[in-house]
Amino acid sequence: MTFVLEKAAAPAGLRRIVIDPVSRVEGHGKVTILLDADNRVHQVRLHIVEFRGFERFIQGRPYWEVPVMVQRLCGICPVSHHLAASKALDLVVGAKKLTRTAEKCRRLMHYGQILQSHALHFYHLASPDLLFGFDAPVAKRNVVGVIAEHPELATQGVLLRKFGQEVIRITAGKRVHGTGAIPGGVNKSVTHAERDELLPQMPQILAWARGAVRIAVDLHRAHQEEYDGFGYVRSNLLSLVGKNGDLDLYDGTLRARDADGGILFDGVDSQNYRAHLKEDVRSWSYMKFPFIGSLGADLGWYKVGPLARIQNCDRIPTPLAEEARQEFLARSPGKLVHAPLAYHTARMIELLHAAEVIDGLLRDDDLHGDDLVAKGPRQIQGVGIIEAPRGTLIHHYEVDSQDLVTMCNLIVSTTHNNQAMNEAIREVARKYLDGKEPTEGLLNHVEVAIRAFDPCLSCATHALGKMPLVVELRSADGALVEEIVRE
Amino acid sequence: MSDATKPGDAPSLPTFTLDGHDVPFTPDQTILQAAMAAGHYIPHLCFHPEFKPHGSCKVCTVKVDGRTMASCTTQARAGAEIESSSDEVRDLRRNLVQFLFTEGNHFCPSCEQSGDCKLQAVAYELGMTSSHFTQMFPDRPVDASHPDVLLDFNRCILCELCVRASAEVDGKDVFALSGRGIKKHLIVNAESGRLADTRLAVEDKAMSVCPVGVILRKRRGFRVPIGQRTYDARPISEVAVDQYRRATRGDE
Ligand code: SF4
Ligand code: FES
Ligand code: NI
Repeated sequence: MTFVLEKAAAPAGLRRIVIDPVSRVEGHGKVTILLDADNRVHQVRLHIVEFRGFERFIQGRPYWEVPVMVQRLCGICPVSHHLAASKALDLVVGAKKLTRTAEKCRRLMHYGQILQSHALHFYHLASPDLLFGFDAPVAKRNVVGVIAEHPELATQGVLLRKFGQEVIRITAGKRVHGTGAIPGGVNKSVTHAERDELLPQMPQILAWARGAVRIAVDLHRAHQEEYDGFGYVRSNLLSLVGKNGDLDLYDGTLRARDADGGILFDGVDSQNYRAHLKEDVRSWSYMKFPFIGSLGADLGWYKVGPLARIQNCDRIPTPLAEEARQEFLARSPGKLVHAPLAYHTARMIELLHAAEVIDGLLRDDDLHGDDLVAKGPRQIQGVGIIEAPRGTLIHHYEVDSQDLVTMCNLIVSTTHNNQAMNEAIREVARKYLDGKEPTEGLLNHVEVAIRAFDPCLSCATHALGKMPLVVELRSADGALVEEIVRE
Repeated sequence: MSDATKPGDAPSLPTFTLDGHDVPFTPDQTILQAAMAAGHYIPHLCFHPEFKPHGSCKVCTVKVDGRTMASCTTQARAGAEIESSSDEVRDLRRNLVQFLFTEGNHFCPSCEQSGDCKLQAVAYELGMTSSHFTQMFPDRPVDASHPDVLLDFNRCILCELCVRASAEVDGKDVFALSGRGIKKHLIVNAESGRLADTRLAVEDKAMSVCPVGVILRKRRGFRVPIGQRTYDARPISEVAVDQYRRATRGDE
């Protein structure tokens, strides 16, 4: 089947609107909308350019190069690829269990990445919509507007991000294209001096992180009804879950829930992801549509990322974030939250959790050990799964007896959310666009829904918030009727 | 003050000037050797203190009394005026190095030799930034047949140091260059063309002379953290002078 509004019954004669690129998201994507003469919406699609070339590119390369090489996938979340690849290759070198030092150094790196990525998204990419309104004047609805009207927020965002980047630099050697994780462990531990650079900053970081949760909660409550219904999309949820059902963004087993919270599967070893997850291909999109195999492509799609994670786990193992999570859950007792805009609060709860985890790790002497690398019997393949800032990230490699990669399969976070994002923008289009003349402000509603998921559309570096938005109105024969350009 | 100009060290040696500094030399020394011995770095790639100068990369180019020459193959001459760090000479070298980058497939951020690579270090020395060489055409498959050694031909700059080391020191003739001009490339001397079918061993001299990242010990990549690699703390201009002096100590 196709989904409602995925495919117009009679596209001939419909007017095509293109949002290209979608702004204030990472990477390049576009939205196409088909309208009839009365502006009734017939079709809505989010298109993404997938990076299929990369999987081929890594083939024939030596496995130890992969954790560094894969960082070229994405200028925004290279650390996540670095760690997911390293986890996959741990298994190839037979390191089923890392040394305590290696695991903790990697966790520190990962939570540093979560912190900086979530801070960047909330304070710089999403906050203009949330602070000024979805159809506020374009001139104001950007990060410059935030700096002008809420300078303290903009500064906090910058400093939280900077701290996360410092954590990455210390654990990986560099902020981007670091080399800290290697198959079987890490190439360096954290020195006491490095720890002393970070630890004194923790009280401030924790205070800002708590404040960030507050801001997200308050912004949501200020528009409770609108936000709860905005782009509402019920779906299954997928994420890694750690020991005892704890939220664990670095490691765990796969758990999926249905839209009502019932467990679909649990305790699934990363190595078996293919037994549970399948991918659908649609002619109109470069990006695949993953789904839970047992449910089929129509019913098996799911959400990943912060909103999925904080509801999929049984608890968050750090007190402040768990308290915030309980407060979040208490607003709809017994019912899962599916509102895309609730991602923002969930993301800030995770940011707070990341700050708490970092604080704990910095007080742990295992961070300074010198037993860095583990190994065991060499294996021919490995799957590494990590909960990246944007969601579940899967790296799968096969390595031949000469140590060269022969197969690579990547499912990036954003791909998991493909169907959910498409459904969210269709819901927005139905509610806000249908029957109205599309304006820039209305079209921004579509982008607001996409931004909630924090997609990384091409895993490529782009200037933040600076991408121009071009809306083209074309007649049925494809002639350009009108073009709205937003710088 | 550099040791070579210490009073009493070699009072009667002839000298030439290098960018205005007096540089003493012995009759067997080339300009590059005398300069390095005196603590003056001249960028170079195909020159190695333990091997006879080869003169192929031209990165060591200087101006000798106004004429451009490869300093590694030009005998030192008393009274010569040599220009090494003028903008003109540095621009010339930079172009040569830039050409090496575009000729091969060099992507420093994901190369395991990063931080230990002479080509990269010389590029930094000459004021190149890595953004110049982002092209990467993965069209040269690696040779991973050897159990302990990987050959990544993408990075070869054809300096022939491995060829020379394997022939002259190891006595194995594992490597050779084949083809001419733009087609010139490194080959492995085995009927199969595979490294596994040669006598190369990890202890061989040929394993340690490659200035770039072609001849690599397997499973070692990225073991050394950023900050502890050869050129992380000190630029190649200092490291190379030290290495030169260590290699030549005793025969001067
Ligand atoms: S492999 Fe290395 S040492 Fe041999 S010719 Fe190429 S660059 Fe020179
Ligand atoms: S170092 Fe002199 S030509 Fe290469
Ligand atoms: Ni990305």
